Amino acid sequence: MPRTNLTLIQLEEKANKIREDIVSMLLAAGSGHSAGSLGLADIFTALYFNIMNLKPDEPEWPDRDVLFLSNGHCVPVQYASMAEAGYFEVSELQTLRKYGSRLQGHPERERLPGLENTSGPLGCGLSQAAAYAYDLEYIDKQPHRFVYVVMGDGELDEGNIWEAAMFAGKYKLGHLIGFIDRNNIQIDGSTEDVMPLEDLKAKWEAFGWHVLEIDGNNIESIINAASEARAITNRPTVAIAHTIPGKGVDFMEYDYKWHGVAPNSDQAKLALEKLRTLDGKITHEGAGV
Amino acid sequence: MSYPLNPDVLKDDVMREPIRAGFGRGLKAAGQANDQIVALCADLTESVQMHLFREAFPERFIEVGIAEQNLVTLGAGFARAGKIPFVSSYAAFSPGRNWEQIRTTVALNNQPVKIIGSHAGVSVGPDGATHQMLEDIALMRVLPNMIVVAPGDSLEAEKATKAMAENGKPVYMRLAREKTPIFSTPEAPFEIGKAYVLREGHDVALLGTGTMTYQLLVAADLLSKEGIEAEVVHVPTVKPLDAETILASVKKTGRVVTAEEAQAAGGFGSAVAELLGERLPVPIKRIGMLDRFGESGEPDQLIDVFNMTGAKMMATIKQFIDTMPRYHQD
Ligand SMILES: [Mg+2]
Repeated sequence: MPRTNLTLIQLEEKANKIREDIVSMLLAAGSGHSAGSLGLADIFTALYFNIMNLKPDEPEWPDRDVLFLSNGHCVPVQYASMAEAGYFEVSELQTLRKYGSRLQGHPERERLPGLENTSGPLGCGLSQAAAYAYDLEYIDKQPHRFVYVVMGDGELDEGNIWEAAMFAGKYKLGHLIGFIDRNNIQIDGSTEDVMPLEDLKAKWEAFGWHVLEIDGNNIESIINAASEARAITNRPTVAIAHTIPGKGVDFMEYDYKWHGVAPNSDQAKLALEKLRTLDGKITHEGAGV
Repeated sequence: MSYPLNPDVLKDDVMREPIRAGFGRGLKAAGQANDQIVALCADLTESVQMHLFREAFPERFIEVGIAEQNLVTLGAGFARAGKIPFVSSYAAFSPGRNWEQIRTTVALNNQPVKIIGSHAGVSVGPDGATHQMLEDIALMRVLPNMIVVAPGDSLEAEKATKAMAENGKPVYMRLAREKTPIFSTPEAPFEIGKAYVLREGHDVALLGTGTMTYQLLVAADLLSKEGIEAEVVHVPTVKPLDAETILASVKKTGRVVTAEEAQAAGGFGSAVAELLGERLPVPIKRIGMLDRFGESGEPDQLIDVFNMTGAKMMATIKQFIDTMPRYHQD
């Protein structure tokens, strides 16, 4: 049963609102990672508003599903999703990266209830998620709970990821569900130029995983992937989610230069206009620059 | 109340046991007392003495393979799931190889992962410098939230293991491979963060951690025969230091020698020097590995070659006392 009764259209609107939040919080922060955060908005919308079993007013709810963000630099999308889901006020997003904020530049678990891990240095999230899934499977035996982990594609260069992938494959962690943000970019350029990942599907399969390839900017396919993953209980599942970096803001889309950059006020204004009138079918007010 | 030393500590046939054996017993006992404890090992289960736990609680033992980065990040994940994970390997690999993972997912994340580094120090012996971890104290004591423990013998390692199982904090514990003389007793106290005066004296304070405390007791006995009365303080917790106990001894003696089977630079000796430099500047001599790696050899031979036996330390300490004036307190 989905966590909210939002329709697909409403979920898409929610994703768009989260994108607006991201643009405006990055503008206020003056720094941060635009491309990956925007590209992941549909996956995070699906996770926080449909897929995961959560109680935003009770972050440590013992029956919750858990989400580990491995590529911590994309945390603006998580903060925005959490705020929209009711973990905290949307206005607090404007404190991102500022002194004293709970919304650190990279996520710190102890500062913000609802975060499961501290992350930023790449390659560490899958192990933590795998350990949690191992616990649910073999020690605490709570088959109704699932562990989600979002990874970047660039961070798959890290050896730690493959150590964890081997571990999860060995122990057939059926409660572990990964999403790879396959946006084909990393800081130095295209992933296939920097350090080729392909054949990525074959790699994960060889490590004992069930692998899906999906459109990571299509909420319906994200939800369907999660539901297939939950049905497969004898091994971990990873969805290679093809996303458009900077999705929703045309001048950021596909451009690796937007990996670690925030928009200036002119750019943010343009971006918000673009987001508010997406395809002419969605109109929003508020979320001003 | 004086520390109940093993009465046979200075005899040639003093009982010896690897410090890691105490860890193995302590972990099993902790596992019996608390079913939230899990143990993870990177393909060195018997070597680090986790097999006792594995046999008793197979469902809570997790083999990770030769993957120390995964070892410690799994530990962070188990902690998030409410478990108390003990993760162990050789100190050269953990924390040697996975330090950044420890920094981010254990220390900054502030999760109660217990990182056990076995085979620390030159007494690893024939395996040589690659496996003789000397930099672990320095690496771990700079991490906020991290507690650093180096038990002096197997009895103390057992107590330390039980104590850290229940303290709710990140901990690093270093263990030695070889049989180490047992200077403590089952009834001897151990508390994380506490140092213990093993022998009273007024001429010099000898502060030891890990395997070196026994050697300092031997050195103090030899010094006594030459009319020098040394105070021996055992400091099993390198971080946080027991400043009160250390300062009291140093105030009384006005001179201090530290000893560790590790790099003195950044290690225990540096920790003491930092404390005294700020609070009570006195002449200090650090014994340990002095900006060099170890090499292959027999454990006892290497301890001797690197001037860390009681007899060698006695000579070093004597020369220190002869050349450095005692700092007089008003
Ligand atoms: Mg990428």
